[in-house]
Amino acid sequence: MTTPSNPMPESVESQRTTPAAVPETRPLYWSVRRELWENRSIYIAPLAVAAIGILGFLISLIHLPRTIRELGTMTPVHQHAMGPVNQHGTLAMPYAHVAWLVVLTAFIVGVFYSLDAMHGERRDRSILFWKSLPVSDLTTVLSKASIPLVVLPLLVFAIILITELLMLLLSTAVLVISGVGTATLFEQLPWLQLQLVLLYSLIVMALWYAPIYGWLLFISGWARRTTFLWAVLPLVAITVLERIAFNSSHFAHLLVYRSIGWFMQAFTLDTHGGPPIDPHYLPLAQLTPGRFLSSPGLWVGLAVAAGFLAAAVRLRRYREPI
Amino acid sequence: MTVIEARNLRKAFGSTVAVDGVDLRVEEGRILGLIGPNGAGKTTALNAILGLTPYQGELKVLGRDPWTERDQLMLDVAFVADVAVLPRWIRVSQALDYVAGVHPRFDRAKAEAFLAKTTIQRTSKVRELSKGMVAQLHLALVMAIDARLLVLDEPTLGLDILYRKQFYDSLLNDYFDRNRTILVTTHQVEEIQDVLTDLMFINRGRIVLRCSMEEFESRYLEVMVHPEQLSAARGLKPIHERQVLGRSILLFDRVDRQQLAALGDVRTPSIADLFVAVIGNHAGAAPGVDR
Repeated sequence: MTTPSNPMPESVESQRTTPAAVPETRPLYWSVRRELWENRSIYIAPLAVAAIGILGFLISLIHLPRTIRELGTMTPVHQHAMGPVNQHGTLAMPYAHVAWLVVLTAFIVGVFYSLDAMHGERRDRSILFWKSLPVSDLTTVLSKASIPLVVLPLLVFAIILITELLMLLLSTAVLVISGVGTATLFEQLPWLQLQLVLLYSLIVMALWYAPIYGWLLFISGWARRTTFLWAVLPLVAITVLERIAFNSSHFAHLLVYRSIGWFMQAFTLDTHGGPPIDPHYLPLAQLTPGRFLSSPGLWVGLAVAAGFLAAAVRLRRYREPI
Repeated sequence: MTVIEARNLRKAFGSTVAVDGVDLRVEEGRILGLIGPNGAGKTTALNAILGLTPYQGELKVLGRDPWTERDQLMLDVAFVADVAVLPRWIRVSQALDYVAGVHPRFDRAKAEAFLAKTTIQRTSKVRELSKGMVAQLHLALVMAIDARLLVLDEPTLGLDILYRKQFYDSLLNDYFDRNRTILVTTHQVEEIQDVLTDLMFINRGRIVLRCSMEEFESRYLEVMVHPEQLSAARGLKPIHERQVLGRSILLFDRVDRQQLAALGDVRTPSIADLFVAVIGNHAGAAPGVDR
């Protein structure tokens, strides 16, 4: 790793008299880097999945010239019957598959990272080393929370962007070599829109899932062992208890809403009488950021996330190594 | 200037009182050894000083309340909480980068220079280093921080004698000066006898002895008593008596050296001997002799 050289004061004495001025963001920046040093799966896992995706796509390229030829030779009647969206969907499918595979991987990585983030440093007693440095508990917890909420989404976007750029280049190469021509591909593959929808989805998911990551970090800082069980079993217990005691399932609905509610708030499948939507490719018109931003579910979730993170900060202040 | 000032410092875990009304004053430029048996409350007292645990009573470290002003305090305080708290996954170069990144008073060149004297590779991970090397690395990081107070809690536990000796030599030669203060706890008392300027024994959460090393040397004398003088020697009220190879060794507090010289061979006791005498005498109970 290369390091920016640390600007050292000219004299020790001058520093003793003036309080050391460190920009607030500097410890945060280094703490985030620290997390990436420790948890290399954060970038290795999505990269590995993306690589597998490219490999699969490479094999599927055998069929691409034929598909393009069929799309290109379709009569207007056919095209109308199929609808423009479905034509896009055919070509967009592998891109969507790769994207969601990487997103899913990142989600799993984020969950397990969060479950270990506050636990690992207590388990190996290194918390005593981290606490010997002038980095506040708040900075530490924020740096750990930023991994699933900021770093992973950005990383996933970058990885998918580059992967799909590669896929586009490979497709172009195959089409040029096979002599089919690239016009149909560039006309009918909504590449840029796919990336925009992806970026939008990643932001939406990060905001919507914030309370989940907050909960996991909180449990990670609280539990002495088996963080996964402590994170999951109480939710199961409450669900079962509610079912038996009141024969209702409000809590279960709440959990379902938290897991998939973002899609209902941030997108609409209503096409106002148009052709049905291919789930592999959602046109920009189906995005409803206004509805998402004004949904109480988002803001309640963010408030809950802030509460969990505040609790995690407090726990870290009091907790000793285990 | 006073670096640490505690008045009636108290900390209880449930019904167990770990620190029971400690008064403490440490001036700048001192090296204070805090010695006590297991469970005496040493680590709890250090944790309170380092702002790692809440406490009752009054406590000021460098003029700050360590619990409420911990983040600021850590700019001026460095500590080694234990051997082997460096994360095992970190590379030596990463540890240097990180501390340089977050600590404005870290002198990277100084840490590098110290590491250059060891066999530690920059690319090694902590898990690949021996226990002694990990301690060296931690010391290199801590010594390169221009801190006013350095707290060491059992910094050499489990290290072999060579590493232990080196550790304290480096601390004295490369780090300590009159502007710095060091607070150290250890069980390996013999090795720090020449290092300390001040000595404090703690037992059951209370301070049972406190003196400077000058005072220690003038106050406490150990006499290997000639057998025929034994009853005369016992008449001078030794604070401790032990047998070595059939001869009695008596430990005296504030008894004239000339007087003792007539009874046998006089010498300065080791801290360990005084520790056994003081803690042994008070093992049963009671607040300390010298509070």
